[in-house]
Amino acid sequence: MSENNSTQQQADGLDNRRDFLAKFASTVFAGMVMGGAAVKAEEAKRPLQLPTRLPGGPIQAELEYEDVLVQMQRELEAALQKGRTPKWVMVIDTRKCVGCHACTIACAVENKLPPGVVYRPVIEEQIGEYPNVSWRFTPRPCMQCDKPPCVPVCPVGATWKSEDGIVDIDYNACIGCRYCLTACPYQARTSDFGDHWTDGTPGQGKMPYEELPMFEYGKEWKREDHKSPVGNARKCHFCRHRLQHGLLPQCVTSCIGRATFFGDANDPNSLVSQLIHKPNATRLKEELGTEPRVYYLV
Amino acid sequence: MKRALPWILFAILALVGLVGAFLRFTSSRDLAAYGSYIPWGLWVATYIFFAGLSAGAYVVAVLGYVFGVERLKPIAPMALAIALACLGAALVTVWFDLGHMERVFSVFLRPNFTSMMAWMVWLYTAYAITVLLALYGIWRNHPGLTRTALMVGTPLVIFYPGAAGALFGTVVAQSLWHSPVFPILFLFGGVLSGFSLVTFAAAYFSRKGAGYSDRVWLMGRIMLGLLVLYLILEWAEYSIPMWYQVGHEYEALMGVLFGPFWYVFWVFHLLLGMLVPMLLLALLPRNPLATGAAGFLAASMFLAVRLNLVIPSQVQPQLEGLVNAYRDRRLGYSYIPTLFEWSVVAFSVALAIAIAYAVLWFLNREKKLEVTQ
Repeated sequence: MSENNSTQQQADGLDNRRDFLAKFASTVFAGMVMGGAAVKAEEAKRPLQLPTRLPGGPIQAELEYEDVLVQMQRELEAALQKGRTPKWVMVIDTRKCVGCHACTIACAVENKLPPGVVYRPVIEEQIGEYPNVSWRFTPRPCMQCDKPPCVPVCPVGATWKSEDGIVDIDYNACIGCRYCLTACPYQARTSDFGDHWTDGTPGQGKMPYEELPMFEYGKEWKREDHKSPVGNARKCHFCRHRLQHGLLPQCVTSCIGRATFFGDANDPNSLVSQLIHKPNATRLKEELGTEPRVYYLV
Repeated sequence: MKRALPWILFAILALVGLVGAFLRFTSSRDLAAYGSYIPWGLWVATYIFFAGLSAGAYVVAVLGYVFGVERLKPIAPMALAIALACLGAALVTVWFDLGHMERVFSVFLRPNFTSMMAWMVWLYTAYAITVLLALYGIWRNHPGLTRTALMVGTPLVIFYPGAAGALFGTVVAQSLWHSPVFPILFLFGGVLSGFSLVTFAAAYFSRKGAGYSDRVWLMGRIMLGLLVLYLILEWAEYSIPMWYQVGHEYEALMGVLFGPFWYVFWVFHLLLGMLVPMLLLALLPRNPLATGAAGFLAASMFLAVRLNLVIPSQVQPQLEGLVNAYRDRRLGYSYIPTLFEWSVVAFSVALAIAIAYAVLWFLNREKKLEVTQ
């Protein structure tokens, strides 16, 4: 009798376990298929109820959404109003960069760059061999190094590291020896040889866009004859003239993939402060010890 | 005709040079081949070439006046004239290289002494003053002044070629330049090339009176020693970075040895500038004309060394792919000097010859020269 009971109990137990495992597996499977919705194995399938999406709004209405440009603009204005010198930093997310070169062109337009002068080229590298190929895009502005090799070599002190971190050039002092060009490990400096886009083309001389002034370092410059900046070393300056007016650098605003970030690293809550402390943030040629202020997210 | 030939050659050189200088002032640097990724080209190489020649020539005068090598003393005025001429040519060449030639005096008015270039300019200036004072002492029969000026100039003639080497050696971005051997190479290279030039001048342009053969023989012996010493230093310069066959220096030096301009190293420098002079000096030690020819080759071919010091390092891209990121003729990694650049060099050479000739002519007229023709 007791043996019969124990056998019956074992059979019931096995059935219970089978039932339990069957129900559990069904529930897990249904959970995988239907997201986090509570599912009963016996119930009939029901359509998912997604939150309503407003036209043009974020997918999930409960999340706050703000374009990073707006955030960076707000942080820039705050940094300029704090009464202390900001520490400008640029972050470039190479995973987001699509290699459109919009930043290169926007920079050239902003600063009316002549032929042979480029502040922010985008390096394109092919990685791997066909068919396993990918592309890497590396925009290369001036690194605004904290220990800039280009500064001490200038024989007349025409370039220096500013308090806000930008490496400036005094166009009216530069003698055009190009020593700084040889000293930059990123080749971020180019010389203005006085060339014009319309050189060697038929027509009536320079085009109007070549005669427009530009406002680098907050001054008005016209490329006329042999006057500065013709004959000078030139480079990216994080659009200092725009910063002075509370505007983000042109390469930041023109980035279609929102891959370039800019802000004050002295503000621990700023976007760039958070980005530069990520484990995937790196800098070009770290081994040289130049301490660039341009970070890359890889 | 024989006497006219040098004048004709000089006239051609000067004419070409004047065209180059005129183009430099009128067309700016449009016609030059250097750009932003290879910022320094033939003119910078020529500048350090002439600067080295000047230092080496000065050393001859120092040996004669300060260290009491009597056999060299008679040619000290000639050596000083060459030193002054080469210094002038060096400074004019590098002046032409500036983007803003009119601001050259800023180096005196607002120098930045963290720059080796500023140091170099100031050292050049001090050195040039000692050359002028030494020549003035010769003109005014004041050997004390000449000797004192040369004594003051002795450390300067060590420092300024060293500073020229440091100008390159301190550039951390250029792996081929960034070497402690550079200041030493520049010093000994300068002494070798300048000494060789004065040897050539002493052999061909001095009176063949008493002491002529001995003097040229001695200069040939010293030159041979300097050639061997420079080859040892050059072996260090090449063998150490190339040992493991990796890295930028290795690639740059492989470019020097086996790149498209391999002949600059093997033919112009090693064969014509080193081996042929060494053979001439070793096999014909008592032949002044052979010694002079060796001097001419060793001095003139040293431009090949200077070109190989300045350009190959810059030909190596600092960032892979940068050359394709933005296309422009100024943004490339190949460099061949244009005829315009060579014509400006012709101007510098003609200027050096003119200065040396004018100084020697003046001293000769004043009967201050013992041996120079």
